[in-house]
Amino acid sequence: MTDQAQIDATVKAVIEPFNKKGVIITDETRFAQDLEWDSLTVLDFVANIEDEFDILITMNQQAEIENVGQLVDAVGKLIG
Amino acid sequence: MIDLLSKFDPLIEQRETLLSTGMTDPFNLVMERVESPTVAICNGQRTILLGTYNYMGMTFDPDVIAAGKKALEDYGSGTTGSRVLNGTYAGHKACEEALRTFYAMDHAMVFATGYQANLGIISTLAGKDDYIILDIDSHASIYDGCALGDANIVPFRHNDVAALEKRLKRVPEGAGKLVVLEGVYSMLGDIAPLKEMVAVAKAAGAMVLVDEAHSMGFIGENGRGVAEAQGVIDDVDFIIGTFSKSVGTVGGFCVSNHPKFEILRLVCRPYVFTASLPPSVVATAATSIAKLMHGADKRAHLWENSRKLHAGLKALGFQLGTETPQSAIIAVIMPNLEQGAAMWEALLHEGLYVNLARPPATPANMTLLRCSLCAEHSAEQVDQILGMFEAAGRATGCID
Repeated sequence: MTDQAQIDATVKAVIEPFNKKGVIITDETRFAQDLEWDSLTVLDFVANIEDEFDILITMNQQAEIENVGQLVDAVGKLIG
Repeated sequence: MIDLLSKFDPLIEQRETLLSTGMTDPFNLVMERVESPTVAICNGQRTILLGTYNYMGMTFDPDVIAAGKKALEDYGSGTTGSRVLNGTYAGHKACEEALRTFYAMDHAMVFATGYQANLGIISTLAGKDDYIILDIDSHASIYDGCALGDANIVPFRHNDVAALEKRLKRVPEGAGKLVVLEGVYSMLGDIAPLKEMVAVAKAAGAMVLVDEAHSMGFIGENGRGVAEAQGVIDDVDFIIGTFSKSVGTVGGFCVSNHPKFEILRLVCRPYVFTASLPPSVVATAATSIAKLMHGADKRAHLWENSRKLHAGLKALGFQLGTETPQSAIIAVIMPNLEQGAAMWEALLHEGLYVNLARPPATPANMTLLRCSLCAEHSAEQVDQILGMFEAAGRATGCID
């Protein structure tokens, strides 16, 4: 797998336990609207992503990330 | 034209639905007369106050009132000026001196409100390339300070020392780091593990700011707060506080031992670009702060009240924000906003005022009835309060 594909697979695996509604996850899936996550869920999810990749995603960066594809791109840049 | 207020339509609708049931608006209560720190007349009814943050009951202290009256007569009703121009009177300096003495620290800076103290100090300390690592449950004024300074904001799970440590280690090499904590978190009334957190922050080379708004006057041997109680006050770089709780008036402050602290007076915009507190306010604050230093008996009684209310509410079957009483705030967790509002109103009819707290101000979308005790509540009043909770709880079905 390419690095990007690896990140994509890992991000989706981290999403799964939080995907209580069983939404089909694509790059366009939005965290707030489609997954309906509240702020605490977001905090826990972001913490898991940060631990998985050993990175920091600041709240400023989080504000720019609406969907799964944008998160995968952001993680790619942060570990790059 | 796009109506810029239409973004608030969902909230308007929620309020209308709630109020259409004939319920008293919990966010529009008027105190018609105030008899003492613990009793006011609301809707013509004598009401026990259990949601005022007036922890030490200084609002009607005769010395405090006399000092305010004298300053009003001697210096007038207001300063009409910024602290850095014509707005520094002898009273402002005396008030800062009282704070330095109270905290045994080198510097003190007084702001118009506690909100502005956080807004001003945090935004001035941490700028665009700096990192602020903060507890997710931090007060709105802390978040607003972060936003004003345009710092990188890194939240961690409430009171989680390991989560704080992990994030500190990931901050880029060479970046400035400010860890922002609170002594007492006002929603649930729980305290922070400051001893561990301050140690972790210092080990990572971060500066530490602690907001002790809800602990001043009664937590710690000298009432300096949770950092004092846990023995780490000397490692805290900045303490933020307020005059609108234990001190019993309005205003905010920052105290510090940092040798360059005084420069903040010239570069902190929420300090520079606003008028200073009226002379009567700083005079009441200074007098109250000096008296709080000798408030050991009142502190002991406040803790008795807190323990008694916590145990009593627990025995009645209410779910509380903390397992044990950790501060003068006891939060009663309600199942939802509707029942919370109904219980709030039932308590008001019984003659008891508490705060109804709801999302987004609360953690985890909780609806809370937040009770804050006062050193001036008598043991009999606490018994009465428990009786009111029992009656209102039964009437609304919150307890069996």
